[in-house]
Amino acid sequence: MYDTSLVLGGKEFTSRLIVGTGKYASMEVMREAHEAAGAEIITVAVRRVSLPSGESILDYIDTKRYTLLPNTAGCYTADEAIRTCYLAREAGLGDLVKLEVIGDQRTLFPDVMGLLEATRTLAREGFIVMPYTNDDPVMARKLQDAGAACVMPLGAPIGSGLGIRNPYNIKIILESVTVPVIVDAGVGTASDAAIAMELGCDGVLMNTAIAGAQDAVAMARAMKLAVEAGRLAYRAGRIGKKLYATASSPLEGLPDWTS
Amino acid sequence: MKISVNGKPMEVEPGLTVEGLLTRLDVKREYTAVAVNRDVVRKADYGTVKLSEGDKVEIVRPMGGG
Repeated sequence: MYDTSLVLGGKEFTSRLIVGTGKYASMEVMREAHEAAGAEIITVAVRRVSLPSGESILDYIDTKRYTLLPNTAGCYTADEAIRTCYLAREAGLGDLVKLEVIGDQRTLFPDVMGLLEATRTLAREGFIVMPYTNDDPVMARKLQDAGAACVMPLGAPIGSGLGIRNPYNIKIILESVTVPVIVDAGVGTASDAAIAMELGCDGVLMNTAIAGAQDAVAMARAMKLAVEAGRLAYRAGRIGKKLYATASSPLEGLPDWTS
Repeated sequence: MKISVNGKPMEVEPGLTVEGLLTRLDVKREYTAVAVNRDVVRKADYGTVKLSEGDKVEIVRPMGGG
């Protein structure tokens, strides 16, 4: 079945699974997991270099093949997040940014006021802004209006693995915006990713679910298949849900077994 | 003069440029960015931006994250 591409700021992507680079057991495992996930976009954090500077994570990511997506994880104000994006761009990481403005340390829920402000500024400065937001349809629309290239509602708290806690809100977000909707955070296993895609989401972003799995490479492949299966099921058009059974076999033509 | 680099105090000679600091610390230039006192320094300006007493320098690059 023919499918369209995921378009972010005019750039087209075939893969709808975006993966991270954090918490892997080793750089080799990370590289294999990226391969198995079939990902085209890979998130990275921006942090102080250790001095003297040694091995770089980019020794294990083919930057000709993958598009890097620097994040602003750990930023608690719009100002910090904006400065981090400028640093990322100056570092040569491109203009695609995963914008996080965190509002609370324990839940890592976004500070949507700061997020909206940073989105507006960065979009105006030519960044392709991918904001990590809560599952609020009103905020999703405001982010779109502020110039976001997509909206990335959380399924559940970052790293929690709780899955899509409010599929109905995700569904309403999908009806509220025209930009792509990518579920970011909360995915624990393959079915969670499939559910996001079955709802009609344009993609899924995850890190811990793959990196923290006992076999990260196998989980990466499971996620690739789940995202593809979920997408295909969405496009195929599922049947409606009913409370009672509907027979699959004809009721006519049954043999008469009465004696 | 005293400056701070990635949160650590450092004694450097007056008039040192960003370029000079990066060379001295043997920092790879690829995928690296520098901010001095919260402002990003463009790569083209590394050779001309001179550091001053008390400057806070941040040198960053991509790390693992999600």
